[in-house]
Amino acid sequence: MTANVVPALEVRNITKQFPGVLANDHISFTLLPGEIHAFLGENGAGKSTLMNILYGLYDPDEGEILINGKLAKIKNPADAIGLGLGMVHQEYALVDTLTVTENIILGTELRKGPVLNAKEASQRVRELSEQYGLAVPPDAIVGDLPVGVQQRVEILKALYRNVNMLILDEPTAVLTPQEADDLFRVMRELADQGKALIFITHKLREVREVADRITVLRRGKVVGDADPKTASEGQLAALMVGRDVVLKVDKTAANPGDVVLKVRNLNLRDDRGLTVLDDVSIDVHAGEVLGIAGVQGNGQTELVEAITGLQALPSGSIELLGKDITNRPPRSITEQGVAYIPEDRKGTGLVLGYSIRDNLVLSTYYKPPFTKGLTFNDPAIDENAKELIATFDVRTPSATTTAGSLSGGNQQKIIVAREFTRKNRLLIASQPTRGIDVGSIEFIHNQIIKQRDAGLAVLLVSAELDEVLALADRVAVMYHGKIVGILPIAEATRERVGLLMAGIQEQPNGK
Amino acid sequence: MKFTRARGVGLLGIFIAIVLLFAVNNSLGNKITETSKIQSIWDFTSTIRIPDSAKLKEDPKAPPVAAIELPTMITISLICGALILVGGTLIAKNPERGWVAPYMSSVIGFGFFSILLWAVANNSVDLSDTLSRVVRLGTPIAIGALAGIVCERSGVVNIGIEGMMLTAACFGYAAAAISARMIYGESLPANVVKGVVWLPLIIGILGAILTGGMMAALHAWLSIRFKVDQVISGTVINIMAVGITGFTRTNFLLKFESPLRAGLPQMPLGPLADIPLLGPILFDHKPITYLMILMVIGLNFFLFRTVWGLRTRAIGEHPKAADTVGINVNRMRYRNVIIGGMIAGVAGAWFSLEGSFGFDDGMTNGQGFISLAAMIFGKWNPIGAFGGSLLFSSADALQLKVQAYNFDLPSQFMQMLPYVVTLIVLAGVIGRAKPPAASGKVYEK
Repeated sequence: MTANVVPALEVRNITKQFPGVLANDHISFTLLPGEIHAFLGENGAGKSTLMNILYGLYDPDEGEILINGKLAKIKNPADAIGLGLGMVHQEYALVDTLTVTENIILGTELRKGPVLNAKEASQRVRELSEQYGLAVPPDAIVGDLPVGVQQRVEILKALYRNVNMLILDEPTAVLTPQEADDLFRVMRELADQGKALIFITHKLREVREVADRITVLRRGKVVGDADPKTASEGQLAALMVGRDVVLKVDKTAANPGDVVLKVRNLNLRDDRGLTVLDDVSIDVHAGEVLGIAGVQGNGQTELVEAITGLQALPSGSIELLGKDITNRPPRSITEQGVAYIPEDRKGTGLVLGYSIRDNLVLSTYYKPPFTKGLTFNDPAIDENAKELIATFDVRTPSATTTAGSLSGGNQQKIIVAREFTRKNRLLIASQPTRGIDVGSIEFIHNQIIKQRDAGLAVLLVSAELDEVLALADRVAVMYHGKIVGILPIAEATRERVGLLMAGIQEQPNGK
Repeated sequence: MKFTRARGVGLLGIFIAIVLLFAVNNSLGNKITETSKIQSIWDFTSTIRIPDSAKLKEDPKAPPVAAIELPTMITISLICGALILVGGTLIAKNPERGWVAPYMSSVIGFGFFSILLWAVANNSVDLSDTLSRVVRLGTPIAIGALAGIVCERSGVVNIGIEGMMLTAACFGYAAAAISARMIYGESLPANVVKGVVWLPLIIGILGAILTGGMMAALHAWLSIRFKVDQVISGTVINIMAVGITGFTRTNFLLKFESPLRAGLPQMPLGPLADIPLLGPILFDHKPITYLMILMVIGLNFFLFRTVWGLRTRAIGEHPKAADTVGINVNRMRYRNVIIGGMIAGVAGAWFSLEGSFGFDDGMTNGQGFISLAAMIFGKWNPIGAFGGSLLFSSADALQLKVQAYNFDLPSQFMQMLPYVVTLIVLAGVIGRAKPPAASGKVYEK
């Protein structure tokens, strides 16, 4: 590193206060041209707030931003782009119904008077995609493309606007491992051509693979810088969390018993007639965790909703302990011993406007002791809340606080507390740790293993491959609504599962 | 056997065909007793004439270019038989895709044709005139649908089109009437009595456009600035329109003496209008009808080929994405809603200056709502919406046409036809049409 290079971006003492939280506390850093600078931190560490300030979506309370050595005022995203700073959000800002070219040129159209110059635009897109090795079909409708390609469109959108700095916010969250590797290749290519990149993530493996420099954030503060070549994953994790973390889940070998859940030949199409579930058959045994790996949107959601009775099925059968539960109402399925941690915590798992105490009896409120005759038995409900809040370590000022005002981790603990205290035979956990802090992740992982050891059959669905590999005893991979492979955990390597996730079938005889 | 949409549509088709067959059989049977020449219902014939447009002007009795004589009962039986057969296939096979829309469209299309044949049994009908009427009556529906497209593509639901049309019809007429009085005094001077008085009529159209734009501005203001639910805001417009126009008519228009006696004139496009069949359908209309065709083509171009169109489609689908690339979402929505209102104003002008001359309470008669159905039928595309408009107007045209033939189906039933067709089309043919994703949602940063 030479000392006299003007940083592409310099941030000095950025501070941002939200009600109750100091999201950014005097953060300073520099970004040099041609480097990939990773920001590592847990959810809620202040990474996204910082980036949204840079991109003009929030106003900082304090601090200044220098671009190419000059003080910059960034009021909105258009200002940021004008100053050469682009951003790829976690949720892509793409219009599904428009073509790739239309999405890229939107807002900065190539035009002849009021008319779009479509030919030149798609030519320009083609040039850019060749220059940086980002293959996209310029005339395809964006909504029809896989997420990996959509992400390339987002990156091209920024490049089309001649940015020299690019912020990538959790770019690998929805990618297969192979797609992620491809993204890293593109990032390196961009850096080699002189662009400066900010890479935000909470995945330790990735930063060590691709970053030139690492800054770790915790609770809104910079807690350290690290060199990816020398820092170990354990050191980085300790910096992130502020204490030593057990990265592996402690568990003994599974002791599978009888089949609890038997799913046969589920088929389902969506409104547009596209296949969502394609002849899905699985068995889950008592005392084992069957993990379902796959990129989001490959039918996992529908499979889980079919089993829990939330999705009507035109064909196929589902049996719980030999009893047919296909297309039964959700309550009846729950009462037969199914615990369910839904993927959408805020929409399906909780009633955010209700108090914690009410949320804790959502699946049992109509039964004694919570109901006496026509009215609720309030003392019993209060007692239940008090007990569960203590046992499951829910951090809340009181039992009457609304569920919506808690952090993600504590919300998830309420669901776990509610679901795990019934008499269950099957646990369905869908994205059980999405967007929650490491402490809560550890807690929930341990709880899931505890349920397994108590003899429950566990069906775990997660888009985080690491989570599936850490918890599962067998791994099933879903791709385009189909189970493309089921592997015992010993054979489920990152690479094998990754290929299956991308729909690449194993060919035993070469071709 | 499961009840699916394909099976439901098959069943409906069979039901319609059987009812039609029985009704025709009965009605023709009743006619036999009255006429002695015809021995059995199979002897009835219906004649379809295509008149010679060029010669018709000099000689009203000029022979037609073609006259096709169809055996009424046999033709209708064949049509209904085919519809029943295909309907049965639908029920048996339960195809998942691709069948429902074509089948339902043919049920409606052939159903109309059969009703026409039935009405003109032992008589003849002028095909050019019937189809020309379809285009004419489709004009306000199509223009209204375009207004809806401009609004909804930008993410603002507009069920106030009916009200915007009605108000525009009222004040458009008022503008024409007042300006004529101001220009010409109490009566037209002798030299213009026979000719068309263009100036006040154009002022009338402009007045209608302005009125539509103002009503739309109110809708935009309520739903964008104050974030009022867009359906509520549209309803407010509709209710307000009835009040304002009713008040204006009784307290002002009825008392006002205007020298203007006629609305927009017929404008045949020279020799083009003389082409048999095609001429009367496309080239022999009044100005707003031509304007409608230009607007359909124009909006299709603007929506899909210009910067404005691209941005409009983007803000109706994913406003946040548009915002991050520097597009001012709410400003564009204001603009689009007002443009939509101005387009609805043109449709309003059709009612009081072209379709008829003068203003009546509630003269738009629900056509604004049918416009929205046509818009949905066309999946928010101008060309498709135009097609939808013609479908609905053909129900209307048929209804008016058969009344002239001493038809024995009660006229109330026939008047229901356009609305029944709308219902069937919205529920059966298009299935789930996908509106712009952000339509009806307030945009907040």
